[in-house]
Amino acid sequence: MNDTVIQVADLSKRYRLGVIGTGTLSHDLNRWWAKVRGRPDPTLKVGQAAGGSSPSPVGGDRVPTSDYMWALKDVSFDVRRGQILGIIGRNGAGKSTLLKILSRVTAPSSGEVRVRGRIASLLEVGTGFHPELTGRENILLNGAILGMRKAEIARKFDEIVAFSDVETYIDTPVKRYSSGMYVRLAFAVAAHLEPEILLVDEVLAVGDMAFQRRCLGKMGAVAKEGRTVLFVSHNMAAVESLCSRGLLLEGGRPLAMGRTTDVLDAYFALVGTGGVQDLALREDRQGNGKLRFTSLGFRAGHNAGTGDVVQCGADLELVVGYRAAPNLKNVSMSIGVNALSGQVLFVLGNEMTGTAWETAPQAGCMSCQVRRLPLAPGQYPINLYCEVNGVLADWVQGAGSLTVEAGDFFGTGKLPPASHGGLLVDQQWGLHGA
Amino acid sequence: MADMAARQVDPGVESCQAGSADPSDEPEWTLVIRPKGRWFDLRLRELWQGRELVWLFFWRDFVAMYKQTILGPLWYLIQPLLTTIVFTVVFGRLANLPTNGLPPFLFYMSGTVMWTYFASSLTKTSTTFLANANIFGKVYFSRLTVPISTLLSSLVVFGIQFLLFLGFLAYFLIQGADVHVTVWALLLPVEILIMAGLGLGLGIIVSALTTKYRDLQYLVTFGVQLLMYTTPMVLPLSSVSGKWRWVMIANPMTSIIEAFRRGFLGAGTISALLLLYSAGFALAAVLVGALLFHRVERTFMDTV
Ligand SMILES: Nc1ncnc2c1ncn2[C@@H]1O[C@H](COP(=O)(O)OP(=O)(O)OP(=O)(O)O)[C@@H](O)[C@H]1O
Ligand SMILES: [Mg+2]
Repeated sequence: MNDTVIQVADLSKRYRLGVIGTGTLSHDLNRWWAKVRGRPDPTLKVGQAAGGSSPSPVGGDRVPTSDYMWALKDVSFDVRRGQILGIIGRNGAGKSTLLKILSRVTAPSSGEVRVRGRIASLLEVGTGFHPELTGRENILLNGAILGMRKAEIARKFDEIVAFSDVETYIDTPVKRYSSGMYVRLAFAVAAHLEPEILLVDEVLAVGDMAFQRRCLGKMGAVAKEGRTVLFVSHNMAAVESLCSRGLLLEGGRPLAMGRTTDVLDAYFALVGTGGVQDLALREDRQGNGKLRFTSLGFRAGHNAGTGDVVQCGADLELVVGYRAAPNLKNVSMSIGVNALSGQVLFVLGNEMTGTAWETAPQAGCMSCQVRRLPLAPGQYPINLYCEVNGVLADWVQGAGSLTVEAGDFFGTGKLPPASHGGLLVDQQWGLHGA
Repeated sequence: MADMAARQVDPGVESCQAGSADPSDEPEWTLVIRPKGRWFDLRLRELWQGRELVWLFFWRDFVAMYKQTILGPLWYLIQPLLTTIVFTVVFGRLANLPTNGLPPFLFYMSGTVMWTYFASSLTKTSTTFLANANIFGKVYFSRLTVPISTLLSSLVVFGIQFLLFLGFLAYFLIQGADVHVTVWALLLPVEILIMAGLGLGLGIIVSALTTKYRDLQYLVTFGVQLLMYTTPMVLPLSSVSGKWRWVMIANPMTSIIEAFRRGFLGAGTISALLLLYSAGFALAAVLVGALLFHRVERTFMDTV
């Protein structure tokens, strides 16, 4: 019994840069001629010979390598059955390129991928939708393009329509759909694919909050059924809550691979901040500067929202990056959470909870976990305040803003109206006869 | 991006042998993705698995066209009629060119209907990659399903135009014109098959080439026009001699149009050798086209 479903070995992908389609005839004839003579591709550098050609040094007319760039370089990893692998990295790191190769939209330049099982890719929802066709017709077409058999689509048809919430418009051409309806229908089809391996690239970038949560839920469900998911996202909260493993790409090379939290740490280290608020350049601050906040980030735990948006009742981690003078003693940190009116709702502090920091590293981050966030939906400006040895070191007002969206705090699906204040309090009621 | 382009690649790294079958391959891998496929792999199994898509694309184009315009189908009748009328007036009346003793109208119409099927198959399949770039860039399926569905769409149009032709043929027969339907008319399915093969083969060859050299696209329409004059569209093969005759014979559509005229009008050259040549040409075009097509589809998306 072998559990490895994807094996990527030394995968590289080279792209040609610049305007394509001008003067390439001579270029190609050149390459072709070299090939005919059994010489390696003259456009590759020595030692990079791909495609089984001999690696021996070459003479002849070499085209400068700057015409080409490696979008992926020597990437190797394995994925086991049932894993959700989160693929993260900065813009242009090669994430989409990796998924494109796996979904066979484009071929690698060298290396090999072995796959066990049927792959479906979701590089975009609604691929092949035709505006003139009705919702019903597009389900058929899109399903088939994504690799479903006709019988399979017919079997799941009602389910797909129900999931998409567009029953009443199902016989209307999709060009009359709102963009939200369009995306819901498209995702409904994709969600009912049943591949052994699902590749997902940033589909969450579209749609409203509720829709995004539904996508995430669906992906989690897919993995629970023992299927494998490769998930590319810039939404670190989603990656953290969904993925069992992570892969960090940078400049086409794998930088970290392993437990999601470790890979996320590597990512945050790479991008410098928690990715939310960069505070290093803020001028409007007070304090002696022994310690300076550099960033404020929010990480939501399970069943949470996205980015700096969290749900009521979700587990929230506030991460404050800082830089400090050496040998700091007695660091006391406070995070104030305010209403939009400016009224202080509550203050989080390490000393209150008995976490004293005798010393602090020169650079790092302080984190505060809040379980079951007791805030009603709304916007909450955050103040950061730090004392070192009882003297104010740094104070930034409005360092960031926490957006809370509706969530099931009480387990009843109900929330108080906005007029009842911003705080949610855990409560038990009783009724006793006299 | 600039710093990436300048990124030095470790020269010590050896990429793995690509395209070679590793004997230690575990048998259960269902898919192996390598830089290059085998050259002589037509991937027919994949095409067969995608057969439902052929129908769906065909059906999509049909429904979309039907929904967009009512004039669409009508245009398919007007277009060959106009061409025929122009040819009849210019070549038949004014230039008084020979038509094998056939009524000029039927002579030109038969040529037009046949040529249109070939020409439209070719020009439509030749845009396969560029016209479907957005789908091809997102999902994988057997790419050949697209040009094949195009052939089917063209076949429907051919059916409409062929019926129009039959209508005029019936009219001329009733009027007592000197035309006869012969037993060779039974060759029609074979003729269609060869034309489809020629249209598909040449079309996908062009589509593969246009992905690299875009300007080729503009040459296609022009080239097809030129090719038309080397078929018996205007002059029957029997009235041509010398070098030009060889040029006409070299055009694989020549024998098809001649055979069609022999079958439905009773006058035209029918030659097993020429038909075999056309069939062989079509087969070769499809083979070369499919191989080139598979070649190009691997990295086509990078250049869009
Ligand atoms: N067809 C192409 N031709 C040339 N260069 C390309 C092509 N496609 C991608 N690239 C380059 O390859 C690199 C990796 O691109 P890729 O789309 O994989 O990045 P990504 O990690 O998905 O980024 P993002 O987070 O912005 O989606 C980028 O530098 C990009 O400019
Ligand atoms: Mg991307």
